Amino acid sequence: MMSDALIDIQAVRHSYRTASGPLPVLDGLELSVPEGGFVAVVGPSGCGKSTLTRLVAGLLIPDEGEVRVHGSRITAPRSNVGMAFQNPVLLEWRTILQNVLLPLEIVPTKLTKAEGEARARKLLALVGLEGFENKRPSELSGGMKQRASLCRALIHSPEVLILDEPFGALDAFTREDLWQIMHRVKAEEPFTGILITHDLRESIFLADQVVVLSGRPAKTQFVLDIPDTGLRTLDDLYTPIAAERLNILRHQIEVAQGRIPAEAVT
Amino acid sequence: MKLRQILVPLVAVIVFLIAWEALVWSMGWPNYKMASPSDLLPAYERYWGLFLTMGWQTLWRTVVGLVLAVIFGTALGMVMGFSRTMRDALYPLLVGFNAVPKATVVPIVALMFVGWHDFNTVLIAFIISFFPIAVSVSIGLSTLEPEYRDILRSLGASQATIFWKIALPKTLPEFFGALKVSVTLAFIGTNLMEIVSPHGRGLGALFDSGKTNSDYPLMFAVLIALAFLGIVLYYLVVALEKTFAGWADRTV
Repeated sequence: MMSDALIDIQAVRHSYRTASGPLPVLDGLELSVPEGGFVAVVGPSGCGKSTLTRLVAGLLIPDEGEVRVHGSRITAPRSNVGMAFQNPVLLEWRTILQNVLLPLEIVPTKLTKAEGEARARKLLALVGLEGFENKRPSELSGGMKQRASLCRALIHSPEVLILDEPFGALDAFTREDLWQIMHRVKAEEPFTGILITHDLRESIFLADQVVVLSGRPAKTQFVLDIPDTGLRTLDDLYTPIAAERLNILRHQIEVAQGRIPAEAVT
Repeated sequence: MKLRQILVPLVAVIVFLIAWEALVWSMGWPNYKMASPSDLLPAYERYWGLFLTMGWQTLWRTVVGLVLAVIFGTALGMVMGFSRTMRDALYPLLVGFNAVPKATVVPIVALMFVGWHDFNTVLIAFIISFFPIAVSVSIGLSTLEPEYRDILRSLGASQATIFWKIALPKTLPEFFGALKVSVTLAFIGTNLMEIVSPHGRGLGALFDSGKTNSDYPLMFAVLIALAFLGIVLYYLVVALEKTFAGWADRTV
């Protein structure tokens, strides 16, 4: 059955081969993200969230089930994804500008060199890194590196943006800064994205849908929709409705961890 | 700033020479026990032509051996860095090979290729110096964080692109660190062969002739000439490092 989702993951099963036999990480994973949607995926540690990002990027092919982007089945890496990880992995021998331009050296692009550079400068300005174009990564703070890494993920206007705990290693204030920057970026440069995170506040602040995965092997356990109410501010995290959503998610995580039975939260 | 960078080491060298001269003078050592810097000047004066030709012999053979070590060491390091199986297979062999004292290999190679003086000298310089390069390149490649690979692979980059854009530049600081060690090793290799080979050439042979003729100041003069060549080559590597891997230096 075809759906109108941009990213569509149906009945995916996947196991890793280990010395002591196959280790199932995903079993019955369902996930679909409409065009322009932003889905946060939360779940207990080691439940296979990163495996999910590798599947969408085409870096891994699932044992069973299918991963489709724009209706076509992913069987190999395609150039239409942008990725950012907890480790910003910037190339230290390049300037920030050259780092952001890296994807344009690899994917087919219609942009000329000058146009690419202009776009990179525009993105850097959007995340507040104007004036840092010619600095080396070693001269930037952790939060700034992460912002540069985000620009690199967006430079080639990917169909899918995959964020694997990009703010996980940052301090709380820097993280909240970056959440707001993400909203600004999404308004200016609309994208379809998947965000892997451990932070429930982050998930309800950034995403329009939060998917809770069960413990390993992971399946889709619970889906929470966050209706679009326009631009969000940090104040929105301290409202009764936000508290209610966080509570729901927290209980679902406890279920996923096996600490309380599923019936207790229904 | 530039002037200071030249002056400070220069003053250090002069202080060292004065201390050396003073030590020999105050202890009253004869020149066969320990020659003093003032004994060396006549030696350089008398043999400067020999020093030039022999010094050149030593230098070019060391450099050729080193270049071969870089090519072979990098290739070997790449094979071991990218393939776990090759690493498991080659490491014990390589470590065993490196553990053999090269002083014992020199006479064997000298005999094996007797008469091919240039060849066996370059060969020893190469054998003695490729190990650190191979190890550093393989470690540099095998410790590349998977995210680096994933960033490029998700864009559809080939293995070759990943190597040129990321793995190679990321390994350069380790590579140059190893090359600095290899430069000194290659000099040791060249000189061992020059000393051991019958009818050898190069500074090692000059050292040997000083020994047979009981010309002790000449032997010390050769040591200083070798130190000078070593410094020149070392700083050449430093200059290359600054050009290609200067980004890794956090002290500036």
